[in-house]
Amino acid sequence: MSEAQDRRNFSEDYLADRAKFVRLETLRLTRIAGAGHYSSTFSAAELFAALYYSHLRLDPQNPKWEDRDRFVLSKGHAAIGLYPVLADLGFYSPSKLDDFTRLGSAFGDHPDMKKIPGIDFSSGSLGHGLSVALGMALAGRMGKRDYRTYCMLGDGELNEGQIWEAAMAAGHFQLQGLVGIIDRNQLSIDGPTEKVMSVEPLADRFTAFGWDVTRIDGHDLSAIMNTLSGLKPAGTGRPQMIIADTVKGKGVKYMELSLDWHVGNLVGADYDDAWAEIEAGLQPMEKEDA
Amino acid sequence: MGAAGQDQSTLFRGDDAELRLKDAKSVRGTPARTMPAFILGEELADLADHDPRIVVATADLANSSRTRDFANRHPDRFIDFGIAERNMITAAAGMASCGLVPYVATFASFAGILAAEAIKTDCAYPRMPVRVIGHHSGISMGFYGTSHHSTEDLGMMRPIADLTVVCAADANQLRAILRASVDHPGAMYIRLGRGRDAEVYSTVPDDFAFGRATQLRDGRDLTIIATGSQVHASLAAADRLAEQGRSVRVLDMHTIKPLDEQAIRAAARETKAILTVEEHNVIGGLGSAVAEVLVSEERKPFRRHGILDEFSLIGPPAALYAHYKLDADGVTDVANGLLKEIN
Repeated sequence: MSEAQDRRNFSEDYLADRAKFVRLETLRLTRIAGAGHYSSTFSAAELFAALYYSHLRLDPQNPKWEDRDRFVLSKGHAAIGLYPVLADLGFYSPSKLDDFTRLGSAFGDHPDMKKIPGIDFSSGSLGHGLSVALGMALAGRMGKRDYRTYCMLGDGELNEGQIWEAAMAAGHFQLQGLVGIIDRNQLSIDGPTEKVMSVEPLADRFTAFGWDVTRIDGHDLSAIMNTLSGLKPAGTGRPQMIIADTVKGKGVKYMELSLDWHVGNLVGADYDDAWAEIEAGLQPMEKEDA
Repeated sequence: MGAAGQDQSTLFRGDDAELRLKDAKSVRGTPARTMPAFILGEELADLADHDPRIVVATADLANSSRTRDFANRHPDRFIDFGIAERNMITAAAGMASCGLVPYVATFASFAGILAAEAIKTDCAYPRMPVRVIGHHSGISMGFYGTSHHSTEDLGMMRPIADLTVVCAADANQLRAILRASVDHPGAMYIRLGRGRDAEVYSTVPDDFAFGRATQLRDGRDLTIIATGSQVHASLAAADRLAEQGRSVRVLDMHTIKPLDEQAIRAAARETKAILTVEEHNVIGGLGSAVAEVLVSEERKPFRRHGILDEFSLIGPPAALYAHYKLDADGVTDVANGLLKEIN
C-alpha cells in the first residue's frame, strides 16, 4: 500500500482532524490569494473529510483510474478546501499550493481538471455539475463499470434551471450510481436562500423528481459516514440525494451564518485568532446553547 | 470529389415541396418526390459499428436530426435527453471525460445559442471531445420563425478558444467531416443546413481536412468564399458568371475555425475582389472572420454577403433565400454588383 493510501482512515477523530485541516488550509491559502471563499468551504469541511479520507474509491497514484469513483464539485468555489486534501492524499506535492492563484498557477479559485490531478471535472459556473455527473454515471452504466459518481452541490445553485433538467433526467434514467450531496449551508451571496430564492421543500422536490433522499447534519461525521456507507451500489434504481444541513462559515464563530464572509481575507491578529479558534475544534452554535 | 452545378432555385422549390409533402404525409403516404438523404444518423451508426466510444444524443429531435437511424442500430448507445439542450451538452461532456465520444444534435438555434455557455465551459475549456451538431441552421426553418432561425451561432462559437467550428455543405461533405471528427482533439461545433441539402460533392471528398479550404473553381476576377448551404448557391453563381465571361474562384470554407488564412491571403493576392457568402448574420460569422485576415493584407474590394444584421422575415425557405439573395440568382446579383464596382 502506498503512503498516500495510508492517509485514508475511518476513525471519526481522524476525520475531524482532517476537517480542521481543510479549514486551516483555507485560511492559509486565502491569505496567499488575497481573497477566498471561507464560509462556503467551512460548511463542506466534514463532507470533504469523510468523502476523501474514508469513502471514495480512488488511487492518488493513478488519478485517471477508469474504475475510480467520480467526484464533481459543482460548487466549484469551495475548491480551496479540496486542493489541500488532494495534496495530502498524494495526488500532487503540497508545495504546489504555495503559489496558489499566482500568475500561471494551476490552482485558481475554481478547479481546472486539465491542470490538477484528482479533479474529475472543471467547475465554476454554477448549475452545471449535476449534468456532468449525470453524463459520468451514464458512461459508467454503458461501460458496465460499477463506480459511483458523486456531485457536491451548493444550495444557492439549486436556483439554476439546469440542475432540475439533470435531476429530471437522473430520475428518468434510473441512475442509482449517481449520488448528489447538497451542502445546505442556508445562505447564498445576497441573503438566506429562503429570502433570495427559496429552495425548500428540498427533500420533497427531489423525491418528486424520482430520487431517494436522506437528510442529515452535515457536520456530524458519524451521520455522514453512516449515510455514505449505506448508499446503494451503482445500478438501475432511484438516484440518491444526501441533503447535508450545514452552517455557512462553520468553525469561526463570527462567520457562521454571516453574509459578510462569502469572500474575504483575514490578516494579522484576525488571522491568528481564526486559526486558534479552528484549532480548538468545532463549538456548538449559540442558539443551540440557549 | 466532384461538384454538381444544379440549378439552385429548382432545388429550393423542392425544399418547399418537402415541407408541404411532410404535412400531407398522413393522408397521402410516402412523398412522391425523392429528396437528398439526411445521412447524419446513418453515418454515425456506420462509424459506431467499428468504434465503441461513439454515443449519440438528441433533445427530443430524433426524427428531425435523423439520429433515429442511429438509435435503431445502436439503441444502447443512444440517449434522448428530452427538451433540455444544456443538460444534454453538459452531460455529453461528462460522458466524454469517461472516454466516450458523444455526438449530440439539436436545432442550431438551441445548440449554438441557447447552450453556448455549456459548449464553452463544459466542452471547449476542458477540451472534451464532444461533437455538438447544430442542424437546421440559418434561416432554413423558414416560416417557423426567428426562435428557430440561427443566424448568430457562428458568432457565438467563433471566439471560444480550443473549439473547432465547421459547416457542412452537403451530405457527402458531412460524411467526410464526421469521419475526420472521431479522433480529432477537443470539442467541435458542426453546423448543418436542413440535412437534405443540394449536392455539391458527388462523392465523399477524400481530401477533406479541418482548417484547409476546398477550392471548387479557380478564377481571376473574383473569389467567392462560401460556407455551408451557400457553397452550392455560390458554385451555381460562379457558373453563371463564367457564362458571362467572368472568371470566379470559389472556396468552400467549411472550417470557420481554425480558419484557412493562407487560402484567403492567396485569394487576396491572386484575384481582384473577395465576396463572402453565408447563411448567417454578416456580423460574427464567415465574413467577419475573413475580414479579420484581410485587414492586414493589401486592400482588395471586399464584400460580406449574408443576413444584414436583422431578424429574418418568415416564409417558405425558397422565398426567404430569394428575398435575401442567398440563392443562385441572388449570389450572382451580389457578385455582379461587386464586379461592376471594380471595373
